[in-house]
Amino acid sequence: MALDSHGKREFKQIGTRVARPDGIDKVTGRALYGADMSAPGMLVGRILRSPHAHARILRIDTSEAEAIPGVKAVVTGADFSIPDDAALADISVNVMARTKALYDGHAVAAVAATSAQAAKAALKAIKVEYEVLPHVTDVDAAMAPDAPVVQKGRSLESVPAGMGANVTHHCEFGHGDLEAGFARADKIVERSFKTAATHQGYIEPHACLATMNGDGRADLWCCTQGQYMVRTVCAGVLGIEASQLRVTASEIGGGFGGKTTVFIEPVALMLAKKSGKPVKIVMTRDEVFKATGPTVSTSIDVKIGMTKAGRITAGAATLRYSGGAFPNTTVDMGAQAAFAAYDLDAVRTVGWNILTNRPKESAYRAPGAPQAIYAVESVVDELCLALNLDPLDVRILNAARKGTKSSYGPTFDDIGLLATLEAAKAHPHYNTPLKPGQSRGVSCGFWFNFGGNTCVSLNINTDGTVGVTEGNPDIGGSRASISLMAAEELGVPYDKVRTIIADTASLGYNDVTDGSRVTFAVGLATIKAARDAIKKMCGRVAKIWGIDEDAVEWRDGAAHPAGPNAGKFPPMTLEEIAAISFETGGPIAGHYEVNADGAGVSFGVHLCDLEVDKETGQTTILRYTVFQDAGKAVHPDYVEGQMQGGAVQGIGWALNEEYIYGADGRLLNAGFLDYRIPVASDLPKIDTQILEIPNPGHPYGVRGVGETGIVPPLAAVSNAVSRAIDVRMHELPMSPPRVLKAIKAARG
Amino acid sequence: MSAITVSTTVNGDAVDFICQPDESLLDALRGRLGLTGAKEGCGTGDCGACSVTVNGRLVCSCLMLAAEAEGAEIGTVEGIAKGNALHPLQQSFLDHAGLQCGVCTPGILVAAKALLDRNPDPTDEEVRYWLAGNLCRCTGYDKIIRAVQSAAAQMRSA
Amino acid sequence: MVKVLLWGSLRTHTDGQAEVEVEARTFKEVLDRLAEAYPGLRPQIERGVSMAIDGRIYREAWFTEIKPDSEVVVMPYMTGG
Ligand code: FES
Ligand code: FES
Repeated sequence: MALDSHGKREFKQIGTRVARPDGIDKVTGRALYGADMSAPGMLVGRILRSPHAHARILRIDTSEAEAIPGVKAVVTGADFSIPDDAALADISVNVMARTKALYDGHAVAAVAATSAQAAKAALKAIKVEYEVLPHVTDVDAAMAPDAPVVQKGRSLESVPAGMGANVTHHCEFGHGDLEAGFARADKIVERSFKTAATHQGYIEPHACLATMNGDGRADLWCCTQGQYMVRTVCAGVLGIEASQLRVTASEIGGGFGGKTTVFIEPVALMLAKKSGKPVKIVMTRDEVFKATGPTVSTSIDVKIGMTKAGRITAGAATLRYSGGAFPNTTVDMGAQAAFAAYDLDAVRTVGWNILTNRPKESAYRAPGAPQAIYAVESVVDELCLALNLDPLDVRILNAARKGTKSSYGPTFDDIGLLATLEAAKAHPHYNTPLKPGQSRGVSCGFWFNFGGNTCVSLNINTDGTVGVTEGNPDIGGSRASISLMAAEELGVPYDKVRTIIADTASLGYNDVTDGSRVTFAVGLATIKAARDAIKKMCGRVAKIWGIDEDAVEWRDGAAHPAGPNAGKFPPMTLEEIAAISFETGGPIAGHYEVNADGAGVSFGVHLCDLEVDKETGQTTILRYTVFQDAGKAVHPDYVEGQMQGGAVQGIGWALNEEYIYGADGRLLNAGFLDYRIPVASDLPKIDTQILEIPNPGHPYGVRGVGETGIVPPLAAVSNAVSRAIDVRMHELPMSPPRVLKAIKAARG
Repeated sequence: MSAITVSTTVNGDAVDFICQPDESLLDALRGRLGLTGAKEGCGTGDCGACSVTVNGRLVCSCLMLAAEAEGAEIGTVEGIAKGNALHPLQQSFLDHAGLQCGVCTPGILVAAKALLDRNPDPTDEEVRYWLAGNLCRCTGYDKIIRAVQSAAAQMRSA
Repeated sequence: MVKVLLWGSLRTHTDGQAEVEVEARTFKEVLDRLAEAYPGLRPQIERGVSMAIDGRIYREAWFTEIKPDSEVVVMPYMTGG
């Protein structure tokens, strides 16, 4: 058995569009999401939030609230201790403010009551005395030496002396001689860009249901991208042992990175502890916007030199990111990803993270990359226009490929960028002439992809069916993909396999569903767990046949004698082996535990046709095509779905979505009416072309596909808009007023 | 505030419940009747996740008071299938991967059914405008539109 | 000895060298030797780093083998969404 071979392999089930196991529950309304669970006698939990962008909390008086009939518990920051671990401490302070409210919407107290009405009245009755402090919400303003200080003493050792107190992190990447590179250029373009903070915008608000008994045993049901992460963080914040807290992940109504941390869960647990009753907290949409993770807001300078023939001679970028009131290092990812698509002799990126009085950043699909790549791809487009070069030809000429020393250091192995660009060039979309008033934008995108800690159990049931237990919430069809991989490896039909997602007490640790890791890493672990089970089944059969274990091989769902020398035995199917498993040594199961690596980077190219109404500044997308390397598409429907969903989130980012702060530092648009995510009538069809350049790090060649799709739209749309109005746009989103302003400014 | 008794029909069955005067129909459906298929994505009428029909009219149940449902016929996602037989729209959403996370799906199915009940042969444009009040953050809408159109075609030929 | 490439801002802790040599055969040994030879790197290493070994990115993989001619690049700890 060549178990570790990859490369060309004939798949029987991988790549088919099977029905998803959770499908019927989800179209009939039966699936249980975060807010759909109840417990007998449960209380309603609500959170009081700071109305100030920055304020010292002088006093909190909860006595009146506690006296309201039906109010069973009130908690404030005083109920929580601060964990030693810096990351945990930040989460703890973010879920409940201690001495200062750091942004509009920062939690300052919480109540649990027998009814929503009583909880609401209790929130009103809590008296918080604030001393309002000067605030700063703009990343560039916050970097200035005299800016209001959001948090003191948070700078990492990476920050050179002399920077303002809000600067917490500094990084630098690249190689080669920039000066020499720019000296060789025929044309150099240098531009500054700004991108607004955007929200993941999952339709399901955060929700959880917590119980904590007098003996310290706690249960938590919540919508999360990672139940083990929730357990670790809540146990750390509350100072309880992991084994005492069982976390069950509900069905999840979208996350996109925003549910890779906790907001309400420790608060619900604390309320449950204090009240002795189950407590359910469901966020309002207003709270989701104000207090859960938006992306970083950014300010970026890019300088690129190009020869007349279109070869990039040098690229440099300075990135200033703010992830709100707490330190983060997302700029590392942006600074590494900025020039990843290009094969460059000289490249340098410098990154800074700066604190502002905004909510704590959470990951959002390819965190940090869309902004950086938007800025770089915008300048590349401007150079193509200036030098009269075809934007795809230029990208093909400069594309990173196998053997390229990447802008972030390592040398690339097999990557799909060139094939993706060539597919775009050959596609009818690119070759359709534009009508007057229409324009076309192009952009590349990139994401690293991750593997990570993964644990899978696979049980062979006595009737020949298979149960897979994995630990990653299914955010977009992953149970189907995992079942497919188990079925393929075992050689049994897909519908014989049922995959479930375990709670934290039932399976070993799994990293959160992030970094496009699930189909890759959980898939890998599932395949290996299947192989483990196969090995055991072959062992049983070897004993039955009285031959060597090595003389038995697994093919098409059955054990066969490995060759003529092994003897003549009729094959034994999985079903037959399972049926007699009690007689041959007991239940059969396969396991695999791994910290997976080799995820394989992912590239995409997007084409966008649009027109701009020059009177209103309104942009209409007319045609959109996504090209992306999936390594191997396990379930093409959901690969396409990831590509389309990512593209549309990126289009929203490019055109409409932004956190808008007033002069008082309050968020002005904390609702879907004013924070406008794309709706069906805003969009055309989103066409997709999946490329399959196998990832050498996965037995079936799979690459993660979840994140790359959000990266290219920012520049693809911006480049098209800039070409349509003949003005280079350098700020996102390109909302109609901003586009109009640019048109007017150019007219003079 | 004293509670109000409301008599309605939900998915064809007569149902009585009590509610607070300021309670939304969505909260009553979810909290009092255990019909958690309709979701609250915003509570302000902007996302459509709470879509239900009231006397055949498509409404955001988060914007309607439960007390206003007195005597009304309410349709929710739980009533779309007949027993285990899925409605063509439900089957089509499964066949065309018209859902990823699925949290928008109940509202979209209710809304799409209301559309096809009125207009069995809509254009893509009409489907897109009809569903403009139903936010989906996962799919980019492409497969949703395909799913609706395929169901419509199937229902026309049935 | 293996050559280890560091990202730019770490160079302040290695007297400006972008590439340093350490005696190491595994992921863990690289980090241990780096922290010993350049104590300024210790806080970053303790917070977490990734390492690309021959083009493949690893996070927390102590026993991953490194050949003397392997390309080793220390990278920030990678997180996704
Ligand atoms: S919850 Fe009713 S429209 Fe959003
Ligand atoms: S499928 Fe997730 S919001 Fe529509």
